[in-house]
Amino acid sequence: MLGKTLAAAQIALLVLGVGNSALAAQPIKIGALFAVTGPASFLGEPERNTAQMVVAEINRAGGIKGQMLELIVYDTQGDATKAVQAANRLIKEDRVVAIIGPSTTGDTMAVIPLVEKEQIPLISCAAGIKITEPLKKWVFKTAQNDSLAVAKIYERLVRQKISRVAILTVSDSFGSSGREQLKAQAARFGIQIETDDTYGPKDTDMTAQLTRIRGSQAQALICWGTNPGPAVIARNAKQLGLKLPLYMSHGVSSKKFIELAGDAAEGITLPSGRVLVAELLPESDRQKKSLLGFVKDYQRHYNKEGDHFGGHAWDAVMLLKGAIERGADTPATIREQLEKSRGFAGIGGIFNFSPQDHAGLASDAFVLVEIKNRDWLLVK
Amino acid sequence: MKREVVKFIIFAALVMLAPLPLKQSYLLNVLVFVGINTLLAVALNLLLGFAGQISLGHAAFFGMGAYLSGILTANFGLNPWLIIVLAAVTVGGLAFVLGFPILKLKGHYLAMATLGFGIIFYIVFNETIGLTGGPSGLPGIPNLAIGSLTFDNDLKNYYLIWGVTLLTILLCVNLAHSRIGRALRAIHDSEVAARVMGVNVRLLKVQIFALSAAISAVAGSLYAHTMTFISPTSFGFNFSVELVTMVIIGGLGSIYGSFLGAALLTLLPELLRAFRDYDIIAYGALLVFMTIFMPGGLVRGIPDLMLFLWSRLTGKRGGNAQTG
Amino acid sequence: MNLSQQILQYILSGLSTGAIYGLVGLGFAIIFSSTAIVNFAQGEFVMLGGMLSVFFLEVVKLPLWLAVPVAILTATMTGVAFERLAIRPLKQATPLSLVIITIGGSILLRGLAMLFWGKDTHALPPFSGNEPLTLAGATILPQHLWIFAVTLLVITGNKLFFYYSISGKAMRACAHNRRAASLVGIDVQRMVLYSFALSSAIGAMAGIIIAPLTMTSYDVGIMLGLKGFCAAIIGGMSSGLGTVIGGIVLGLLESFGAGFVSSGYKDAIAFVILLLILIIRPQGLFHRGESERV
Repeated sequence: MLGKTLAAAQIALLVLGVGNSALAAQPIKIGALFAVTGPASFLGEPERNTAQMVVAEINRAGGIKGQMLELIVYDTQGDATKAVQAANRLIKEDRVVAIIGPSTTGDTMAVIPLVEKEQIPLISCAAGIKITEPLKKWVFKTAQNDSLAVAKIYERLVRQKISRVAILTVSDSFGSSGREQLKAQAARFGIQIETDDTYGPKDTDMTAQLTRIRGSQAQALICWGTNPGPAVIARNAKQLGLKLPLYMSHGVSSKKFIELAGDAAEGITLPSGRVLVAELLPESDRQKKSLLGFVKDYQRHYNKEGDHFGGHAWDAVMLLKGAIERGADTPATIREQLEKSRGFAGIGGIFNFSPQDHAGLASDAFVLVEIKNRDWLLVK
Repeated sequence: MKREVVKFIIFAALVMLAPLPLKQSYLLNVLVFVGINTLLAVALNLLLGFAGQISLGHAAFFGMGAYLSGILTANFGLNPWLIIVLAAVTVGGLAFVLGFPILKLKGHYLAMATLGFGIIFYIVFNETIGLTGGPSGLPGIPNLAIGSLTFDNDLKNYYLIWGVTLLTILLCVNLAHSRIGRALRAIHDSEVAARVMGVNVRLLKVQIFALSAAISAVAGSLYAHTMTFISPTSFGFNFSVELVTMVIIGGLGSIYGSFLGAALLTLLPELLRAFRDYDIIAYGALLVFMTIFMPGGLVRGIPDLMLFLWSRLTGKRGGNAQTG
Repeated sequence: MNLSQQILQYILSGLSTGAIYGLVGLGFAIIFSSTAIVNFAQGEFVMLGGMLSVFFLEVVKLPLWLAVPVAILTATMTGVAFERLAIRPLKQATPLSLVIITIGGSILLRGLAMLFWGKDTHALPPFSGNEPLTLAGATILPQHLWIFAVTLLVITGNKLFFYYSISGKAMRACAHNRRAASLVGIDVQRMVLYSFALSSAIGAMAGIIIAPLTMTSYDVGIMLGLKGFCAAIIGGMSSGLGTVIGGIVLGLLESFGAGFVSSGYKDAIAFVILLLILIIRPQGLFHRGESERV
């Protein structure tokens, strides 16, 4: 009985699988792993949307040198086990030549041993510094290191002669990576961390943490998280009448945050990719063309504001496109060509990959913006 | 008992032969996880199906096994095999100590206590960043190896994990048909009656709890060495609930039912990929339908369904659909 | 700010989050105390309340005073449909199969909400302004007062309903002994339906009044449901003050834990203390011991 059921299920799956691979012999297959559902869907959804959009645009323009792209997206749900299963399926069943994603550092770290063994290039959309340091032969990434965002905030604090800060980070992989960097770089900027607090991703009230911070010597508060937590913190801070200048991470660099936090968002400063302020950039900015193109396309396809996170997927697909245009068609040649990507002006910054650097961004990938009158203001 | 031996041999043979048609397919990888989940479901079934005690925190034991193995081998370079044994003993011992106060509770209070217990450990996995790597996870866990044989691909891991799972199933089948198994079923039906018959109910429950936790820890160790990377999201409340679902969907108190439940819930996401983002809806709907239409779990539901279909096909009115 | 002001703020924070947990917990307690079912889908009705009112307010463009009752009504109807389609067809209802079916139901509802409304977080405007009220250096928002008021209203309403109305008494009888209740002519199935309707209405109401503070999205039900469940357990699954006090105990533990010990471990601290409470008083804080049926 058991055997029969199992065998039947196996046959069914095999038939499905064979059907899949027989259908699409022609186009170049690219795999994508995004946390489309689950707690990290704020990353996965815009990334998935963007990747599909870019691939559709490339195909509409006649593909890459006449060859169409086929994008196969699987949802990891932000779960390491599911990410590995999906990566296995992409590599062994769909036989993709490269993989974009995953969205989170955890999922990426889980998938790395597999892609290294199977020798498939991976362009992660996660920010964790561990992904490309130490260097892994088959692994690249497009998201800016958190260390760059932290440095941007600390430079500003130093200019304003603020040396005592409180940090409040979310207890998931986004927040803990920020927390690690905030602590690691503090000494270099002569900054002292007065209080080090965290909150849960689904917490609904942070007045307790903020009360503690109010009782400390801190001169500024840096909060590292993604919606809705930081919006709750901004509102709680306003409720408590907290006078400290408030800094947020690039995790909230979208209009959604201003909408959620309302008046409480006024005066908050945060590092962000240039996509947020594309319109405000000078004409001489090398990224401006890519940025405006991305924003316009996203608006047209999804009737929504294209964000920083979608940008990571845009960069990943375009870097791949560049590699394929330069003649790469197998996993090994794609990897080689990716490594030779230089001066690519994407959404996240100007990418310069090399055999020593698979992250490819310099510290100018972030700009600092302030929220004024419910809009962004570029901080000089 | 003879029937059980035959059943086990057929099952074991099927498990051993399953990789042959699959070769390098990704399905082999999925079946490795089916093996781990079966091990966990069988362990939880001991507690839930045989002793009748719910646990909404079993993912914590799984996680403890995984983190003990992960930390001690990746960061301290200790012998992995030794650590698996150590993890099983430590986690089993911990469960034994905690079992006395916790298993005094009944019904939803027990559900609440085990749930709280699971959440506490989930938080510990997240917060002890120095040891566990926190939410970004713990990389660099070595594969298991015997001499020059390293378990570094799906096929080798398949046989390793299913080997352990089959041994555990054998142990549980034996247990179920021993004096202990009968005593456990007595507890399940009526604790008071069992106590009157001279069963040391409390000790027995705690022992089963500890055994179940120890097996889960072994599953965790195997998981860590197979994945070579672990992060706390795999050991949260959701996974505890998923385990309970596997056991109940498979069939309470049936060891092979646990396999069916684990197989279904592990394969389901693969089958539901066709539904894209909506697979969560299909998953929820399936749980509701299965509970309504297969109250005895898959292990009874599938034969019933077959009989029903058969009777429809042959035009006979099947009166058998109730048995099973 | 000095220590006593800090402590006062922790107390106020604990009270206000605790009242939310309590209010959510009441939904669990009502269903449990009339049917002995632990409805794991309860958190989803809290989510539905919030999301439906955002939907009626911003998409259908109803005014707030109309959007709120329409949202409660829709959520209540969903609760009734849930009972009819998932709970009633269950022939051999065991506590475990009920656990699974309500978990399945909650996954389904969450998935449908995600399908209809997407994954974004939404905020409702506060009912009466956003100016914080100051009390000896500590502050709360007017919306917190709404939460306290609605909680009191619900407790009083429950008390009146369960002890003075025929239906309420009948529901209590069902919880006590289903067989005996049906023998004296109570329509047990109808009472189960009523309790689902009532609890989904209260859940939705909770979801609406907290949405201006906590914001709402398709997945808020998980955490709130979990905390509400804990509140109900500490309160001994009472449909009145017990559960609310349970919620407040939980809220205070969290805010003092975050304030004085460690914010990362605040939930763990709360749960450790809860486990101790459970072990010392397995019948909850406020429930008298009951002999187990054999």
